[in-house]
Amino acid sequence: MERTKKIGLIVYILFLMIPIYWLINLSLQPNRDIMGSFSLYPQNLTFDNYRRIFTEAGWARGYLNSLIYVLMNTVISITVALPAAYAFSRYKFIGDKHLFFWLLTNRMAPPAVFLLPFFQLYQTVGIFDMHIAVALAHCLFSIPLAVWILEGFMSGVPKEIDETAYIDGYSFPRFFVFIFIPLIRSGIGVAVFFCFMFSWVELLLARTLTSVDARPISVVMTRSISATGVDWGMLAAAGVLTLIPGALVIYFVRNNLARGFALGRV
Amino acid sequence: MDWMVWTLPSALFFTTIALILVGMTVWEVVQPSTFRRGLLPLKTTRGDRLFIALLSSAWFHLGWLGLTDQPVWYMTIFCVIWLAAVLRWG
Amino acid sequence: MNKVENNRAWFLVLPVLLLVAFSAVIPLMTVVNYSIQDILDPHTRFFVGDEWFREMLRDSQLQSALGRQLIFSFSVLAIQIPLGIAIALCMPTRGIWVAISLVLVALPLLVPWNVVGTIWQLFARGDIGLLGVTLNSIGIEYNYTRGSTAAWFTVLAMDVWHWTSLVVLLCYSGLRAIPDAYYQAARIDGASRIAVFRYIQLPRLAGVLTIAVLLRFMDSFMIYAEPFVLTGGGPGSSTTFLSQHLATMAIAQFDVSRAAAFSLIYFLIILAISWVFYTIITRATKD
Repeated sequence: MERTKKIGLIVYILFLMIPIYWLINLSLQPNRDIMGSFSLYPQNLTFDNYRRIFTEAGWARGYLNSLIYVLMNTVISITVALPAAYAFSRYKFIGDKHLFFWLLTNRMAPPAVFLLPFFQLYQTVGIFDMHIAVALAHCLFSIPLAVWILEGFMSGVPKEIDETAYIDGYSFPRFFVFIFIPLIRSGIGVAVFFCFMFSWVELLLARTLTSVDARPISVVMTRSISATGVDWGMLAAAGVLTLIPGALVIYFVRNNLARGFALGRV
Repeated sequence: MDWMVWTLPSALFFTTIALILVGMTVWEVVQPSTFRRGLLPLKTTRGDRLFIALLSSAWFHLGWLGLTDQPVWYMTIFCVIWLAAVLRWG
Repeated sequence: MNKVENNRAWFLVLPVLLLVAFSAVIPLMTVVNYSIQDILDPHTRFFVGDEWFREMLRDSQLQSALGRQLIFSFSVLAIQIPLGIAIALCMPTRGIWVAISLVLVALPLLVPWNVVGTIWQLFARGDIGLLGVTLNSIGIEYNYTRGSTAAWFTVLAMDVWHWTSLVVLLCYSGLRAIPDAYYQAARIDGASRIAVFRYIQLPRLAGVLTIAVLLRFMDSFMIYAEPFVLTGGGPGSSTTFLSQHLATMAIAQFDVSRAAAFSLIYFLIILAISWVFYTIITRATKD
């Protein structure tokens, strides 16, 4: 039984890794080799594709822009989701279930048409092409998810802890910040992971709500590609570069993820 | 507000929805509703029934528009009755 | 947990409500306004009522896009949910391999959506891609830019590659929540593995499966960036799903009013199906 499980997992991970390996493989070959000779590994190893990307302006800036709005989004989402999740996990109130479902429905709006009103709304408020615009727009997806994840973790904390703290004379804010939040640390880690994930990978909104100053990395990437025509090596190299931040984030939160998942309240 | 291209019918529509929501909230405060089993095949509260009625009304309208050439307000009148019926007996 | 009845809890929810309402309600209202008018330019517009809705509902291109979309979304669910549960059952439960497998499994989720398309384009092409070259060399005719079946299955494989891990992660966490005592009791009773799965693991997974099914349904129903990069909707219109049809209408043809009417219909479809899923699963777990 244990053997079958291991084999199943390994086959699945191979299925996930092979396309990524192929991307890296292509990114390390000159275009001549990509088109000319089919090979499972780079025969003339070269970093030219990467060098060309880094000499083009806009890349570092694009990276930074993406990271700024992703971080803003994560901070905003977690900050407002914490009290809301507490309310959902501890209290019954009028319309609670409907409110929760409504939050989820915000993921259901087809973006293509909603882009135009978004664009106009953010221009009217004067935040177009600022990082905060993308961060706020992404809140639509990340807040409901964060509320839902945190609510799960909070329901796992016994209510006696709240009651004891109030008897000991803690006020709500002090109890919440100093006692309650440390208790659900791993839950926050998991929520951060999901907020980061959905904001980092989104492209349509990020592209529409920015033009120059806050242009995200994936847009910079598509532009430099179209400027040079279909250049497979460079396309692959650009793809590899966008994988790195995601890989780093998972690496850093891996223990939190494992611990959060071990508590099992996702 | 100009870019939102408001029209009178859509303004009325959203005002009605908002009023219904406010009204339902007040009703809920005055007289909290409980789960009950009516004609619908599941246990519902008043709020659930309102949601079911509104969503199905939207679908009735789509069906009406897609299948017939009659004016839309026939359906609207029917849906008002439907809404009341679902709230009462659903 | 017994929850206390307390309407002041609304104050805790208020920030979320305001923030989300700002970005959700105002655009929604605007789209409704678009959908009942003929907008020639910002200053010239006419009220047309239900005309666009009638037109969109009878549009045969749209109906076929909707059909393709439904088949695609249900295929996605039919593959990813069982596969995700199976892989989650295979994940190690202790030791260093936990973190390592989590990192590897989660990686596809953090790839920007257009890059997912690029990865699969480079992987599946008949001339430079590993998959394409391998399939062709063992004698299977495969070219996703020409054959519509090949294109459809490539998009499906891409979605499985991209998203199954989300189901895995959610189910894995649900499985970890089951106390050991349950398994010990099952062992004493001599329960078979299937019985353990059916009566202990599956019921405990209901909560996470709700969210997994909902998220997967909603996101696959709105799939856009990945097939756009991979196949551009072709060949013909075999992989043109709803979002792409909509985007062509709204952005390329700049036909905002028709597109708005269409997207409201679209929204109602997702809303209805999601509500049915949500209700069925949450009620099933309560009883």
